[in-house]
Amino acid sequence: MSKTPLAPLSIVNGRLVLPGETEPVAGGIRVLGDRIAEIGSITPGADDRIHDAKGALIAPGLVDLGVFAIDLPAFHFGGISRAALMPDQNPPLDHPARVRFAAYSGKPDFWVHPLAAATRDLSGSEMAEIALMQEAGARAVATGRRWITDTGVMHRLMQYCAMLDLPLIVHSQDHGLSGSAVATAGEMATRLGLPQAPAEAECIAIARDLALVRMTSARVHFRQVTTRAGLALIRAAKAEGLPVTAGITPAHLFLSDVALGGFRTFARLSPPLRSEDDREAALEAVRDGTLDVISSGHDPRGPEDKRLPFADAAPGMAGAETLLPLSLGLVRDGLISMQRLFDLIAANPAKLLGVQAGALRNGYEADIVLVDPDRPWQVDSARMAASAGNTPFDKLPVQGRCLALFKGGRLVDQRSA
Amino acid sequence: MTSPNTPSARRPASDYPPGSMAFPHRHLLGIAGLQPWEIEFLLDEAEQWVDLNRQASKHDDRLAGLTLINAFFENSTRTLLSFEIAGKRLGADVVNMHAAQSSVKKGETLIDTAVTLNSMRADAIVIRHGSSGAVQLIADKVGCPVLNAGDGTHEHPTQALLDALTIRRRKGQIAGLRVAICGDILHSRVARSNMICLSTLGAEVRVAGPPALMPPAVESMGGTPCRSFAEALDGADVVMMLRLQNERMQGQFIPSPREFRHLYGLTDAKLALAKPDALVMHPGPMNRGIEIDSHIADNAERSAITDQVEMGVAMRMACLDVLTRRRRGVEGWA
Repeated sequence: MSKTPLAPLSIVNGRLVLPGETEPVAGGIRVLGDRIAEIGSITPGADDRIHDAKGALIAPGLVDLGVFAIDLPAFHFGGISRAALMPDQNPPLDHPARVRFAAYSGKPDFWVHPLAAATRDLSGSEMAEIALMQEAGARAVATGRRWITDTGVMHRLMQYCAMLDLPLIVHSQDHGLSGSAVATAGEMATRLGLPQAPAEAECIAIARDLALVRMTSARVHFRQVTTRAGLALIRAAKAEGLPVTAGITPAHLFLSDVALGGFRTFARLSPPLRSEDDREAALEAVRDGTLDVISSGHDPRGPEDKRLPFADAAPGMAGAETLLPLSLGLVRDGLISMQRLFDLIAANPAKLLGVQAGALRNGYEADIVLVDPDRPWQVDSARMAASAGNTPFDKLPVQGRCLALFKGGRLVDQRSA
Repeated sequence: MTSPNTPSARRPASDYPPGSMAFPHRHLLGIAGLQPWEIEFLLDEAEQWVDLNRQASKHDDRLAGLTLINAFFENSTRTLLSFEIAGKRLGADVVNMHAAQSSVKKGETLIDTAVTLNSMRADAIVIRHGSSGAVQLIADKVGCPVLNAGDGTHEHPTQALLDALTIRRRKGQIAGLRVAICGDILHSRVARSNMICLSTLGAEVRVAGPPALMPPAVESMGGTPCRSFAEALDGADVVMMLRLQNERMQGQFIPSPREFRHLYGLTDAKLALAKPDALVMHPGPMNRGIEIDSHIADNAERSAITDQVEMGVAMRMACLDVLTRRRRGVEGWA
């Protein structure tokens, strides 16, 4: 990490995405050290590095809540400056030393926030050393890809997380129902002859965990809520005042299980893609505030994991590059404002992790992305920045491109105009 | 009557589009996606092979010089044998690859195996695999026609075609018939292919099984779900029983085979609900005394089970012939 102090940075001539302002505001931003110092109409100093935004959006760097791999080229391409790393690593992040190592793995160009494994080996039976992992840098706890089957374990886990004031990020699929299923029950799964589980596996899991939240007051984040019934439970829980939040990925907002046609393993995800009705419910939940976070779920998988019969393939998608452009579609379609979008992809996840980032505020870390929200490009699985091209959006024309990315005031990535 | 079936009303060749337009597909991966006239074309093509197979000398040379590979990643006796005989009767050099004895056991991927078979310049590959979609995956990687001999719980198209041929020969036609498909529908690729095939050809297909063994949305494949075995059997022209596929079950789907027989086994009393001349079918291998009683299976008057096996060879000969026409430079197909 470079210790030489940076000259102040002034980004001028842009449109700022600011908290509390629905529409972007013309202006610039000034950075002293690694912190934001001035916002709006700024006065660059004589020694300032000047960066002309040329009318681009000046927005907070994206905070990606729940990725499975550290893949810097993909994150930088996608304007992501911080990511919360799922504990599902090999070996799992269930030990303080591994958490500490992971926390340093991206610096200085990228910040990794390791999520501590809730249970040893992610097996769902014995609690891991959560307080020691918190000490080592974990800002949240996660159950991993799997649901914790044992309700007793989950109860004690929530009590423990509440004591430490650590958010618990959970996966919601009732295991008894979902078993080895790879698709949501319905016409598509039946026609393809794939092991299938009812969509209700999700709301059953959420209902149990909400009951435990009432008992323990733990802060629980449901990482992916993808069904109408599941979202209804979250909506009601929030109205009741429970300390819960919920997230989703663009795949569940823009694709339904029709994408499984032809046994396309890039569309094999966990939770599996849902029905069109569930997808519409998810869009509504983005609009009305039931969903708090959109994340990439970035999980690059090579041919050895994906070029297999559908049920034998590993779940997951390379999502870091497409998170921003696909989400910008929500603004373009008039569903949400630009400011609300950046709440979903930056401010809310940062708040959940308790870091001073994810928004353009004085004193916050200067993680800044310049975005041309209209620039067209085409997703191409064969030419991805990610370490693997497993995107379910292959060949999709999209709009919106990150032009430059600053991490703590340092330019870490720039694309030619 | 023993083998009472007669050549059914074959449509004149002029009824079909010319040359390869009659069956414009490179592979046979499933029944889904086939037009009714394409299915009928294959059934008509099979009739000549039924005739040939009943002669003392059962040989034709049209596939001479071509290599047929039967790649079976899942155990099979009758389907493998049926494809092998079909290939040999058409004069092809037939090689059988059993996954149990191959490098697949050493960790070679399916794609590598496919590329290997392709490099050996196979002219047609028949594949059976335990995973749905595996055959399509291979078909995308090889340069020759691929025939699906059953992939997971997805499709088993030649079984549906041979069943359709069997029904057509015994009943004269398929349109207007009431067909009951019963038992373990969830794990059955035969049920899926047959629902699509028979409904496409105009039959009314009723489906019944214990709720845990009934997948959702069978209507989308042309099946009508029934609440009980009796409802499905009522007035049926054809009763198709399926094997209880214990090996594909993860978890308990029914309390016991004995209880399954109690509710869904084909007994004389149950069969009495169907039409008096209803045809009984089973794709085999049978669990005698579970989904079907032995004396029903062995009753030549009612059971078409041995016919199904006979039609299987003819149907597969037709599929191999039609799918290799482009390679062989047959006029109108090249």
